[in-house]
Amino acid sequence: MLLLEDFTVIKVMLTAIVVGMIGVFGLNALGLVKLHIKPTRYAANVLGGLLFGVGFALLAYCPGTGAAALGQGNFDALAGILGLMVGSLYAESSELLDRTLLKWGDRGKLMLPELVRVSPAVFILVFAPLLVVILVILEQMTAR
Amino acid sequence: MATFYFSDKPIGASSAYARLAGVVGNLFVRRHTESLKYYQDFKPKVDWEVMLVVGVVGGAFLAAWLGGELTGEWLPTMWSARFGEDSLALRLGAAFIGGGLMAFDARLAGRCTSGHGISGTMQLSVGSWVAVACIFVGGIAPRY
Repeated sequence: MLLLEDFTVIKVMLTAIVVGMIGVFGLNALGLVKLHIKPTRYAANVLGGLLFGVGFALLAYCPGTGAAALGQGNFDALAGILGLMVGSLYAESSELLDRTLLKWGDRGKLMLPELVRVSPAVFILVFAPLLVVILVILEQMTAR
Repeated sequence: MATFYFSDKPIGASSAYARLAGVVGNLFVRRHTESLKYYQDFKPKVDWEVMLVVGVVGGAFLAAWLGGELTGEWLPTMWSARFGEDSLALRLGAAFIGGGLMAFDARLAGRCTSGHGISGTMQLSVGSWVAVACIFVGGIAPRY
């Protein structure tokens, strides 16, 4: 997937985002569900994301698909899962990181609609069709 | 979406490994584990996310078994095509390091591919979109 030859994961993710976005904000407007937004921390999001991607490329499974791969019989996922548990020793350093990196660029529970100063409904009205267009283009590209 | 409605929680997989590591830590060095800040915020126990990961392993097994697609292999086909059949140690090492990197950085960035990539992005969280973009940049860059 990260070789940019197979876009299945990206298509699944985009589909889930479009459906989930409309669903979650719809249910939220009806008062049926609450939103659970994690704080935006630019430094931690960027650095963590970049290195996560490198780990992703090495293991070739993400934490979710690694579990699925193991179930399917890909035993190399076992080493990945062991790595995931050891890597969680993050806990050892969490106090130091709390005081430094996690403070840098901390914007709290920032949402995209707030960034462009429109209501979530208006934002989704523009954004959801845009994502669908990207999906269709991806589909056309890979169909060839 | 369903998890928002039924369990009032966003979906994710990475912190399951952190909790499991905490459970193991509790078995051997309980006092040290309990003194860590991360485990004071997130109690090391078998929570719903751990069960979700267990369910993913079981579900993937069932689906592969019923569909006659069980692989039962230690090396992915793409891997052995590139590094040869006798590269198991290299594969397990890469998987272990990759898993470790991902777990550490998922905690740093806040979430993983499912947590940021799906739950976070569908809620239009700015930090999640930033993190996902960085995951793909970090994952694709090493290939060049």
